[in-house]
Amino acid sequence: MTCEVNNSRVLLAHGDGGLLAREMVQEVFLKYFNNPLLGQLSDAAVFQFEGGKVATTIDAFVVDPVFFPGGDIGKLAVCGTVNDLAVSGARPFYMNASFIIEEGLLLVDLEKIAASMAKACAEAGVTIVAGDTKVVPRGHADKIFITTSGVGVVPDGVDLGYHRPEPGDLVIINGSMGNHGLTVLCAREALGLEGALASDCAPLNHTIFYLLSGCPGVKLMRDLTRGGLASAAKEIAESCGMDIYIKEASVPVDREVRGAAEMLGLDPLYLANEGKFLAVVDARESGRALELLRETRYGSGAVIIGEVRAGRGNVYLQTALGGTKILDLLAGAPLPRIC
Amino acid sequence: MKVLERLNDMELGQRMLKWVREKAARAADRLGRPAVLMEVCGTHTTAISRSGLRGLLKGLVELRSGPGCPVCVTAAGDIETMIGLSRLPGVTVATFGDMLRVPGRDSSLERERAAGARIKIVYSPADAVELARDNPGTEVVFLGVGFETTAPLVALSMKQARDTGLKNFTVYSVHKIMPPALRSLLDRGDINVDGLILPGHVCAVTGSKAFKFIGENYGIPAAVTGFTLVDIIDSVNALLDKILLKDSETSNNYRWVVKQEGNVEARRVLEECFYTGAAAWRGLGIIADSGLLIREELSAYDARIKFGLEVSVSAEPAGCRCGELLRGSILPTDCGLFGRKCTPALPVGPCMVSSEGACAAYYRYERREVAK
Repeated sequence: MTCEVNNSRVLLAHGDGGLLAREMVQEVFLKYFNNPLLGQLSDAAVFQFEGGKVATTIDAFVVDPVFFPGGDIGKLAVCGTVNDLAVSGARPFYMNASFIIEEGLLLVDLEKIAASMAKACAEAGVTIVAGDTKVVPRGHADKIFITTSGVGVVPDGVDLGYHRPEPGDLVIINGSMGNHGLTVLCAREALGLEGALASDCAPLNHTIFYLLSGCPGVKLMRDLTRGGLASAAKEIAESCGMDIYIKEASVPVDREVRGAAEMLGLDPLYLANEGKFLAVVDARESGRALELLRETRYGSGAVIIGEVRAGRGNVYLQTALGGTKILDLLAGAPLPRIC
Repeated sequence: MKVLERLNDMELGQRMLKWVREKAARAADRLGRPAVLMEVCGTHTTAISRSGLRGLLKGLVELRSGPGCPVCVTAAGDIETMIGLSRLPGVTVATFGDMLRVPGRDSSLERERAAGARIKIVYSPADAVELARDNPGTEVVFLGVGFETTAPLVALSMKQARDTGLKNFTVYSVHKIMPPALRSLLDRGDINVDGLILPGHVCAVTGSKAFKFIGENYGIPAAVTGFTLVDIIDSVNALLDKILLKDSETSNNYRWVVKQEGNVEARRVLEECFYTGAAAWRGLGIIADSGLLIREELSAYDARIKFGLEVSVSAEPAGCRCGELLRGSILPTDCGLFGRKCTPALPVGPCMVSSEGACAAYYRYERREVAK
């Protein structure tokens, strides 16, 4: 391991979903827990069960602030798990939720969060069937931390995974990049840039199943949360052993996001989204995929942003000016607690 | 926003680039090598890397980074002092995020925070003043890192602290000013620079006149430059014109922001709160009159005085070539540590840390292959 485990401590940067996070997962957790399902390190584990395919996932949410434009920690906790299942090709059914609550949290806020979770569950069509609560002394947590897990069923005929992409496949995303990460950052620091910024937090399962039902050429999907589009593309490229080419000019970024990101020195391609996913689609079906997505509520901004090519696991960004640069995993950006 | 969009217009950029390449070929012909232009500002470095401009001009114009990233030029000894400050009982260090991960001899502010030090990232010195006001039981020390652009805000924060009678706020000022550094760099004469891309925001404070000496004393053309791609390409174009015409006047290509006289009010505040003295720069050594030191009248807000800080001289990390890089003598890729032992996740030198650092920009945007 490149960082000496014995005398190093966990840094906030270990939580940013980038290089250090990956190192920690591999050198500490996989060292002890490794198995073929976990080892894939994908959004959810998909396995055979009683003749069908089942997916399960779990996610913790520690976002600060708890309420932000476009959502709150409760909505995020439901959407995060629903989306992890959906991009794995599973229809989410049941969820569990656990709450770590700091002494002193206003009960009205807790209720607001619960109501928001219920609303997101209703939209996604999932039910919370088990839960747990713990209250810790003031200062031992920050207001509220929520962990959700979920199970879903992968319909027959749906086969997604790193084994499927081939050179020539196209890369599609369902809308603009960076809204969630930037909104939370601006809300937390009260930067005065908030203006029209809002998180894109949304349950994507209906959008994704509408796409899957009419487009069998969808080969792989990822949600574009922590680490953003760049990190997800890099993980896909590495896991498939192919290169991905992205055209910068094709990647939609809202004007407010671009302006604020520029000011803060952040790259929208690395900023988190909570209602966006990437799909690798057979080129022959890409037109159909776009049509289907654009008919949905959360897919109206769908665009083709790049393609898969034979290669060695690199992601290349063709800049608007005509240059080419490498996109790598996020490394040490000071953006913790956005989800 | 409309103007900015126009100036980020890629079609316009591409068209301009075509002329620039033709001109650059002629200049290279004349010089017998590609013209070397130095971008002095870290924000320019990042913009040039991110857009791929450096690569697009390869073989025609060499764009080199200079000493314009404030985090990068902060001397190793100052980094040790900052780390030491964070270990003092009762002290909360308030800093811009970029400083957090700069490695010192055997620690960094990030590591100190993980070990229990109170370190708070702020986005402006005013936030640090607020932090002090809200936490009367703790000593808030703001790390004043930056050039003419940041220093006026820090000056105002000290005035604000004085005017509101705040007793638990101080600044550790390692603020620096740019003209003496460029003079020192050009005096050393160890690099051949054919033109300078001057930092637009610094010039907005100093006025373009503060950089007239470059042409007058050194015969090198310079252009005050804005931060959109069109601005940068425009300045490259202007500098190539000057090289071809053997004209060495400093021109202002960022006229809609930068005035000949600069920002008189900002300079008045600087003058009121700081005096210039010798400062240590990473890579350039000690340069007379290049540091902004806190005036005696505000000594109650000077962390050096309040905590009796002794700033030691500290060695650069072993193998780190940030110093040479900041002088423009090498490119990031010339350093043996680049991308191998030194990466943004585990940086060895400051130029790999700061978002304005040349190594970080090259690592993020200009590698052709990922080192395995």
